[in-house]
Amino acid sequence: MLEFRKDLFADERDDNLHVIGKGEQRQDMLGHVTGRTRFFDDHGFDGLLHLKVVRSPHHHARIRSIDVSAAERAPGVKRVIRAQDVPVNRNTLLSLIGFGKDDEPTLAVDKVRYKGEPIVAVIADSEPEAMAAAKLVRVSYDPLPTVFDVQEALKPGAVVVNETYPGNYFEYHDKYDHQKLRFGDVEAAFRTADHVIEERYQMSPIEHASTETNGTIAAPETNDRYVVHSCAQGLFFSLGTTAKILALESNRLHFIGGTVGGGFGGKVDSLTEPLAVLGAILTGRPVRYVLGREEEMQFGSPRGAERHVIKDGVMRDGRIVARQITSYFDAGAYTRLTSYGVVKCVAHMPGPYTIPNVRGDAYCVFTNRVPATAMRGFGVTGVDFSIEVQMDKLAHLVGIDPMEFRILNAYRDGDMKAHRRVAHNTALIECVQVAAQKSNWALSETARRASSLSGGGGPRAAIPPTVTDESGRIGRPETRQAPPQLTPGAAAPLPAYQAPPAVPVHQPPHQPVPPLPNYPSQPAGAAPLPPVPTPPVPAPPAPPQHGAARFSSVFTRRR
Amino acid sequence: MARMPVQFRLNGSDRAVFVEPAETLLGTIRRGLGDFAPKFGCGQGTCGVCTVLVDGEPRLGCLTLSVTCEGRSIETASGLADGPTLHPLQAAFMEHFAAQCGFCTPGMLMAAKALLDRNPDPTRVEVVEAIAGNVCRCTGYEPIINAILAAAQQRGARRA
Repeated sequence: MLEFRKDLFADERDDNLHVIGKGEQRQDMLGHVTGRTRFFDDHGFDGLLHLKVVRSPHHHARIRSIDVSAAERAPGVKRVIRAQDVPVNRNTLLSLIGFGKDDEPTLAVDKVRYKGEPIVAVIADSEPEAMAAAKLVRVSYDPLPTVFDVQEALKPGAVVVNETYPGNYFEYHDKYDHQKLRFGDVEAAFRTADHVIEERYQMSPIEHASTETNGTIAAPETNDRYVVHSCAQGLFFSLGTTAKILALESNRLHFIGGTVGGGFGGKVDSLTEPLAVLGAILTGRPVRYVLGREEEMQFGSPRGAERHVIKDGVMRDGRIVARQITSYFDAGAYTRLTSYGVVKCVAHMPGPYTIPNVRGDAYCVFTNRVPATAMRGFGVTGVDFSIEVQMDKLAHLVGIDPMEFRILNAYRDGDMKAHRRVAHNTALIECVQVAAQKSNWALSETARRASSLSGGGGPRAAIPPTVTDESGRIGRPETRQAPPQLTPGAAAPLPAYQAPPAVPVHQPPHQPVPPLPNYPSQPAGAAPLPPVPTPPVPAPPAPPQHGAARFSSVFTRRR
Repeated sequence: MARMPVQFRLNGSDRAVFVEPAETLLGTIRRGLGDFAPKFGCGQGTCGVCTVLVDGEPRLGCLTLSVTCEGRSIETASGLADGPTLHPLQAAFMEHFAAQCGFCTPGMLMAAKALLDRNPDPTRVEVVEAIAGNVCRCTGYEPIINAILAAAQQRGARRA
């Protein structure tokens, strides 16, 4: 069943495999099949109290007043927690690594920004009593206008969702409204491409729907610490977050967990830990805070919605000469982890292909939707899906088999990626070949003989002249009002390459190619090339040599 | 409202407990009697992680009122093994990697046990139907189906 391709990465691996390829029983399996595995909720405590949260019925509203008096008098109620009871009632998850501004309260203060936002917590002897008392909390609201569309939210004058970020976008390095990737000159390449197509892709939010809902049981220990049975996927991440919000030394928190009833990214937000521990502090008793399934589905963070607009320039022979991707990530009302997902998205542009002109822009946008978070490759899956659908459309457009189209444009060892790192350990060609073989998909002889190890580098290792502004930057910090302008004189002129030899469609890439003499002599694992402050002088065009020079013509007008 | 006494058999032991009239069997087994094998997943009878056997029939613990279980025999995954000897289903689940996070496993095992107890030699389709009410978000179900079929085969071989 397991098949090894030992020809790949052979120089980076010794074949003395002790574990891989051999069956190994999991250490937790016996507990799972006997029902003895202890998840966070599988702990008994005497005097256990139950916490339930009052949530906003509005997507966006100012809170006029909160009246908890009836709830406090309700049967079984031990404590009502309000925003002013939370020691540090403003946090952002990645503040633990100094990334982003604190923008999210544990309990809403004077405004709610999404439907389901927590406002008040009620702790009672039983779950039904806590739920009944939560219904007695009277909150009066002034509903505010809402914004749910990422591009609407970025327009000047849009409703401000999250006052920490008044432009409705996450501010990278405190000043940039988005993440940007620039490589070459897409506009010039679009003008010379045989075809230019632009398509829009839209991903819906996705609920992780793990069978175990988010939850926590926290209880005072007898040594001035609190034991916390947590569902968290990142136990120490959650410990740090809880310590910050409760202004506690982290050594007063004794987190127990790591046994997660399905996570998939939905249990990294510390949704329940801080309030459960605060409840244990305020009542001196064990407190259990577990989301019901409805809460989990409606208010537990999902994978966020994404929109990707991809514009490609492609030649009749199948070479993609320019790719422009504009991505909008719907963070919902608060940052949580979307800012990081956007960074990962840009790192995946323009896909595993060598494209000489790339322009990427990705925004982390705030709307009045449920805050989004991590989920299985978040930031990457959406843009990669969009790119691959786009690849099929391009292949259809130029009349090339979609598998062969990917092999033709695949990156190869030695190629320069748009992020100015030299590609190595590339294996897309081999993956496509294996996929074709397994699905009985006929490939041409040249496609079957193509290899990631040959045909890369050379002219494909060059960093093209890249459009910059007068201050040597690749764009303005603020691009929302006006797109970056190509400043006259700043843009390097297109090199006057000699016309490439006329080649039959799709033939050259698959010719066996000897390593090029000007292959970059960078050793594997070398540091990335330093950023280029000014546009480099274009390298003199390499003489078209055999198939490997197929990309040398990308700056050449072909019409 | 006044709490009510209920007696039933749980994994072979007679148990007596006071319950709220609206208390679910799942709540009684877990918080009342301390058997945490059946899980809470949805409270709406859609996910099946709370599946227990009541007089041999699979039941959703989250939708079964404890007061309706007077005099019944309840089985959970905690009672499947015979001392240190695993039930063939448990052994097959281990062998076939039929659990990943493990949260659906106790309910899945009970649904499978109910099937094999009434139909020792099920077809693949019958296995799929038997666990159709049990959600697993990790495995993709194939390893679970294979494990249940393997357990049936192994039991058949032992009988022969």
